[in-house]
Amino acid sequence: MGNFAYFPHTEDDIRVMLDRIGVRSLDDLYSDVPADFIYNKEYDLPDALSEQEVRNFFEELGKKNVQLKVFAGQGAYDHYVPAVIPYITSRSEFLTAYTPYQCEISQGTLRYIFEWQSMICRLTGMDVANASMYDGPSAAAEALRMAVSCTRKRNKVVVSTKLMQNVLDVVKSYLKYPDVEVVYAWDVLEELGPDVAGVIVPSICRHGIIQDLSGVADAVHAAGALLIEYCDPSALAVLKTPAEWGADIAVGDGQSLGIPLCYGGPYVGFLACKSEYMRKLPGRIVGQASDKDGKRCFVLTLQAREQHIRREKATSNICSNQSLMALWVTVYLSLMGPEGLRKVNELSFAGAHYLYDELLKTGCFEEAFPGRPFLKEFCLKPLVPVDVLQQKLLDAGFFGALELDGYVTFCVTERRSKAEIDALVAVIKEIAL
Amino acid sequence: MRYYDKLIFELSHPGRTGYSLPDGFEGSEASKTVSLTLDPTADAVPPLTLPRVAWVLEASLPSNLLRESKLDLPEVSEVDVVRHYTNLSQMNFGVDTGFYPLGSCTMKYNPKINEEIASHPLFAGLHPLQPAETVKGAQAVIDGLDAALAAITGMKHFTFLPCAGAHGELTGLMLMREYHMARGDSARTKVIVPDSAHGTNPASAAVCGLEIVEVKSGADGLVDVESLKPLLGPDIAGIMMTNPNTLGLFERQIGKIAKLVHDCGGLLYYDGANMNPLLGKVRPGDMGFDIMHLNLHKTFSTPHGGGGPGSGPVGVGERVLPYLREPRTSGFHGNFGVMLRAYAYILMLGKQNVKMAGPLATLSANYIKESLKDCYKLPIPTICKHEFVFDGLVNDGAREGKAGATTLDVAKRLLDYGFHAPTIYFPLLFHQALMIEPTETESLETLDEFIAVMKKIAAEAAEDPDILHGAPHNAPIGRPDETAAARNPILKA
Repeated sequence: MGNFAYFPHTEDDIRVMLDRIGVRSLDDLYSDVPADFIYNKEYDLPDALSEQEVRNFFEELGKKNVQLKVFAGQGAYDHYVPAVIPYITSRSEFLTAYTPYQCEISQGTLRYIFEWQSMICRLTGMDVANASMYDGPSAAAEALRMAVSCTRKRNKVVVSTKLMQNVLDVVKSYLKYPDVEVVYAWDVLEELGPDVAGVIVPSICRHGIIQDLSGVADAVHAAGALLIEYCDPSALAVLKTPAEWGADIAVGDGQSLGIPLCYGGPYVGFLACKSEYMRKLPGRIVGQASDKDGKRCFVLTLQAREQHIRREKATSNICSNQSLMALWVTVYLSLMGPEGLRKVNELSFAGAHYLYDELLKTGCFEEAFPGRPFLKEFCLKPLVPVDVLQQKLLDAGFFGALELDGYVTFCVTERRSKAEIDALVAVIKEIAL
Repeated sequence: MRYYDKLIFELSHPGRTGYSLPDGFEGSEASKTVSLTLDPTADAVPPLTLPRVAWVLEASLPSNLLRESKLDLPEVSEVDVVRHYTNLSQMNFGVDTGFYPLGSCTMKYNPKINEEIASHPLFAGLHPLQPAETVKGAQAVIDGLDAALAAITGMKHFTFLPCAGAHGELTGLMLMREYHMARGDSARTKVIVPDSAHGTNPASAAVCGLEIVEVKSGADGLVDVESLKPLLGPDIAGIMMTNPNTLGLFERQIGKIAKLVHDCGGLLYYDGANMNPLLGKVRPGDMGFDIMHLNLHKTFSTPHGGGGPGSGPVGVGERVLPYLREPRTSGFHGNFGVMLRAYAYILMLGKQNVKMAGPLATLSANYIKESLKDCYKLPIPTICKHEFVFDGLVNDGAREGKAGATTLDVAKRLLDYGFHAPTIYFPLLFHQALMIEPTETESLETLDEFIAVMKKIAAEAAEDPDILHGAPHNAPIGRPDETAAARNPILKA
C-alpha cells in the first residue's frame, strides 16, 4: 500500500487508525456484513494502468472514432466554442465544489447561477428561471408535469408532434406512469378542452421550420391551459421570444450556446416561467439576499418546493442541476453579448440558405416545404437513394443528410465555411452524375 | 477568500465585445427574390412574398417571426470576462481547496487525468447521432464502463441515460414498473421507503406515479424486519434501500429483506448514493438487488461541478434486463463526458486498487467517529461504514440567558477554520444531525487536523457559544437572511 496516487495511507497510518478504532484489521470494519456478501474473489476488471497507459488507451480508442464535418443538428449543434470557456469552467474552485449548501463559501457558484437565471430570463422574456435542468428533453417533460400542478383538476397534456424526436421520446417516458393523460397531435389546437392543463409546441419544428405561433397562446389560454414553448436559445437572439408569443413556460437545451457536441452530453436544460408559477418550478433556484452586515449575497432559495424538505410532495425529484454547464453557457453569453449571438445566427442563416440553394441545384433534391422560413436547419426531399447519399458524405468526411420522416435534414452553423459547404456540395454532385 | 461584489451585467459597456467571428459569410451574393410563406399552422394567413436579400436574416424572414425586444446581454471584453469569473471562483470552496466531509456526497479527490481524457478532441467533436461505424471508440467507452460497473456491482448491464442520482432513481423506478406491467401485474403501485431514506427516494417514486409506504427504523438505526412484514403484499412494486443506510450503518438483515420482498412479488432497488464503502468489498447484486443506480460523481471520482453534471447509470439484474432500454430519460446517450472520466478512474484503480477503496473510506470514517465521540453525541456507537451521524454537541454551552450552540453553528464555525461543513440536519431521525463522510482520499494528517478543529469548536461552544453563533467570521460573507430572501424573492438581475 501507499503506492497508489489517490490513496494517501501508509501501512503505519492504517495501523494508527485501526488502533484508535480498536479493531485489528480492515476486514474487522466489515464484521457487520454477513460473510456471504463479502466479495472475496478477484474483480473482473483490467489490471491497474499508469497515467501514461490511460492516456494511450484513450488515444487508441479515440482513433477508432471518425472525425467528421458536422452538417447535422436535430438537437445538437456544432457552434463555435470561445477558447476562454474551458479555462474558466476547469478552475477547480468551480469544478470540484458541491451544490452550494454552505453559501458563505459558495458565492462563486451562487453568483454565476444567478447570472445564468438572469440571462435565461433575458433570452426568453420570462420572469423566473431555475438553476438549470439535465437537458432540454427532460426540461420539457418537467414543464408538462409543472403545468398539471399549476392548473386545478386538469390532468391532460397536449404534446406537439412537431417537436424533435428525442424530446418526444423523453416526454413519453416521463409521463408514462404518473396519472397524466398525454395526447400527441400535429395540430395541438384541435385537442384543447376543459381537461387540458398544458400544451407544448416548438418554436422551430423538427423539420427546421420557424413556427408562426400567432393566436396559439390566446387559444390555449382561452381553454384554461398553459402554453409551454420549446426553443433553441441561440435562435432567441433573433427570433420572437416565448414571452412575445405569449407562452407561460419556456424550456429548451442550452447546448446551442457554445457547448461542444461531446457525443450527446453533458448539455444543460433550462426552464423559465412567468412569475405566477414561480413556486411550482422544479429544481434549485438562487436568490439575492443580504448578510448580517448588509452585504449583497446569494443563496439557494424557495427550498420549500424541494425534495429534501417536501419529500414525496416536492414539485420534482430533481435535486441537482447541470451547474458547470450553466456556467459554460453564462460565460459564452457574456463573451458573445447581444451582437455576437446575433452574428452567430446571421452567419448560420447565410450558410444554411447557401447550402439549401446549392443542394437544389445538384438535382438530387426537391424542396420539402417550399417557401417556409428556416434558420440553420432544413429538410429536403431526396431524389437519390438516402443510403448512397449518406455513405458518400461519410466517405468524404461529412456528417449530414439525416433521414427524417421521409426527408433528409441538414444543418449549417457559423463554424462551416463556404469552402466546406462547397466541398460537401461537390460530393453530392458526383452522385448526380 | 476575498469578497467580490460584481455581477457580469454591472461590467457591461456598450460597444465592447468578447467574441471573435468571421465578418460575414463568403457565399453572400447579389440580392434575389424568393417566395416565402408563413408556416401555415393557420391557413387563414395569406402567403407572403418577401425578398431574400443575399441570405440576410432580418431582410429574409417575415418580420412577425423576429424578436421585438432588445436582447440585454452584457457587452464586455474577453479580459473582463476572464477576470470576473476568476474573481467569482475565488469565493468558492472545492475539494481542491480543502477537506469536504459532506455526508452522503462522497467528496473524494477528482483526479486530473480524468479531465484531460474528458476533453480529448477525438471524443469532444462527435455528434450524438453519428452512425455506429464512426463512433466505435465512443461505443467502446460505453461498453467498457458497462462491463466494469457490472463487475463491481454484480449487476448484468447498465443504462447511462440518467444524468444524476435522482434521475437514476426515476429511471430505475420506471424499470420496476415496466417489469410488473409486462407481467400483467398492474396493481403493484406502492413502493416501500425507509424513514431514513434520502429525500429523493420518495420524490422519485412520486414522480413515477408510485404511492410511498414508509417503513420505520428500529432503535439500532436499521430497517425493522418485523415492521416490514405487514407492509408486503400484492400491491407492492418493491422497496428502495440504500445500504449502508444514511446513518452509515450496514443493513445486515438485507438477505432476509430481499427474500421477503421477492417472495411477495416485489423488486429491490438499490440507491447507490452510499456505494463508496462497498467499492471493492460488497456487490449489490449479491445482496439481492434487482435494480440500482450509481453516482459516478460520488463513487467514481468525477467532479460535482457545483451541482452537476453528474451521471447516474442504472444497472439491472437478470429479471429486469429485458426492459433496460425502455425508459428514455435523457435526450441522447447521457452525460458522455462524465462517463469518460469515470472510466479513466476505473482503469487507474484496476482490479488491484479497487479492493482498497471502500475499506480505506470506512477506516477514515470510523477513525473520526472514535476520535470525536467524547465531544459530540453519538447516538449509534457501532462500527459505521463510509459515514456516520453525530447528534449535536455533548456540551452546547447553553446557560442562563444564553442559547447553546447548534449543529448549524458548528457547521458555520468549521468554515472559519478552512474546512467545508458536514451535511447538517439530515437524516431527519436526529434533530441535530451532523453527518460526516471523509472518503478514502484524505490523509491521516488531514483527518487529524479536522479532528483537532472539531474539538476546538466543541471547547469554544462550552466556553462561549456566541463565538459559534456569529460564525463564520472569516468567510467572504456572513450568514445571510434567508427568510427575507424567500419572502421577497429577487431571482434575476
